[in-house]
Amino acid sequence: MSFLPFAIAAWLFLIGLYGIVSSQNLIRVILSLTVVQSATYVILLGVGYSRGGQAPIFADIPQVSKAVDPVVQVLVLTDVVIGATVTAMLLALAVQAHKRFGSLDPQELRALRD
Amino acid sequence: MSRRARLLMFGVAAAGLGVVLIIGLAGLPAFGDYQGVYGHVINGIGVSARHATDLVTALNFDFRAFDTLGEEFILFGSVLGVVLILRQLRGEQERPSLEEADEHTFAGASDALRVLALVLVPALIVLGVYIVVHGQITPGGGFQGGVILASGPLVLFLSGRYLRMRRLGPHTLVESADAVGAAGFALVGLSGLIFVGVFFKNFLPFGIPGHLLSAGQIPLASVAVGLEVTGAFLVAWSEFLDQAILIRSRPPEAEQ
Amino acid sequence: MTVLQIAALAAVALSGGGVILARDPLRQTLVLGVFGVALTMLFFVFQAPDVALSEIVISTVGLPVMVLLALRKVSQQERERNEEKQ
Repeated sequence: MSFLPFAIAAWLFLIGLYGIVSSQNLIRVILSLTVVQSATYVILLGVGYSRGGQAPIFADIPQVSKAVDPVVQVLVLTDVVIGATVTAMLLALAVQAHKRFGSLDPQELRALRD
Repeated sequence: MSRRARLLMFGVAAAGLGVVLIIGLAGLPAFGDYQGVYGHVINGIGVSARHATDLVTALNFDFRAFDTLGEEFILFGSVLGVVLILRQLRGEQERPSLEEADEHTFAGASDALRVLALVLVPALIVLGVYIVVHGQITPGGGFQGGVILASGPLVLFLSGRYLRMRRLGPHTLVESADAVGAAGFALVGLSGLIFVGVFFKNFLPFGIPGHLLSAGQIPLASVAVGLEVTGAFLVAWSEFLDQAILIRSRPPEAEQ
Repeated sequence: MTVLQIAALAAVALSGGGVILARDPLRQTLVLGVFGVALTMLFFVFQAPDVALSEIVISTVGLPVMVLLALRKVSQQERERNEEKQ
């Protein structure tokens, strides 16, 4: 049971990859990429968790309480916000690709490139 | 390669990747059995070293501020990419008159939606500012507060007021907020270099932990990042809104 | 592992599967909102309130707005293209 978070992370990673490979619409590919990214968040937070630990905010708990690792939280926190803006750029690319080539299907777009 | 062949190859590859992932993840310490050193060190000395009670924000804007500088510029760069990619191309024009566009868009913007927006927008802005400024005391900081602050004007946009607001020219305001925030954060680091000789060293007085003006440069950095994240998200959203509402392809007979 | 953590992990796994298996992008966006809320609960139960704060705003407001606007623009272009063909 203590392996469950990592198993869920591996599950999210693999079905996200399946979503990218099997999609026929660029926007579906982009949303599946979001799922793959959240697999990394689950792994990072799972590594930093410590049983019985509190959040690393010492405003109202005494200084010597056991707390979870704050470093991985920093990594995930900035990653969430920046992942959203990178997704915005990918969506902008998809919109312009559709404007230029008339299709959002990755297969058709590849054929048009040749 | 046909779709079936592609999926078959993916199935084989995914099975292999899955096995490698499970073996690799099983080698980690069990969940809840934290064995790192860095976390214990920071939890032990964080409050006394920087007088900040929220150690995640202290790490973000002080101990690991260099990483945050890089990530902030990723944010800046990708929003710049959105603006460049969605620029108005040669074969396009904005809708001929904003009045005509105002009637035809957002047909679902009823009065109830506008009243709700009127209630939500001040609440969101106040909440956003509170979370940005209290980053070093309670959970919060520039990134979280910036996104909440950005959703205030977004509610205004979505309740049907985008075109009116655009006529007042909000583009320059949010773009300059974005740029000022990004430059401000770099300046905080540079002032550490100028005044104390170490890039991003916390040189302002630390104050009392739990008070608003504590932890040296962390509130300043938090405000700078909050400005930048707000500006970045508003720019990205208004680019998409421009595309969806205003920009149309030029009718063929005008191109001569 | 507490019961809450197991429940949050199960919710994340199920809604993650739902995001991938949804048919068209519009439905996928709505399930993505649910996935974001499940992730927020997971981060909260893993004692990470900062991360939960940023995740909930991004995935319920930030991302779906952009996807929906992109979808609207694409369907408008489809309509214009069909009109031109006639």
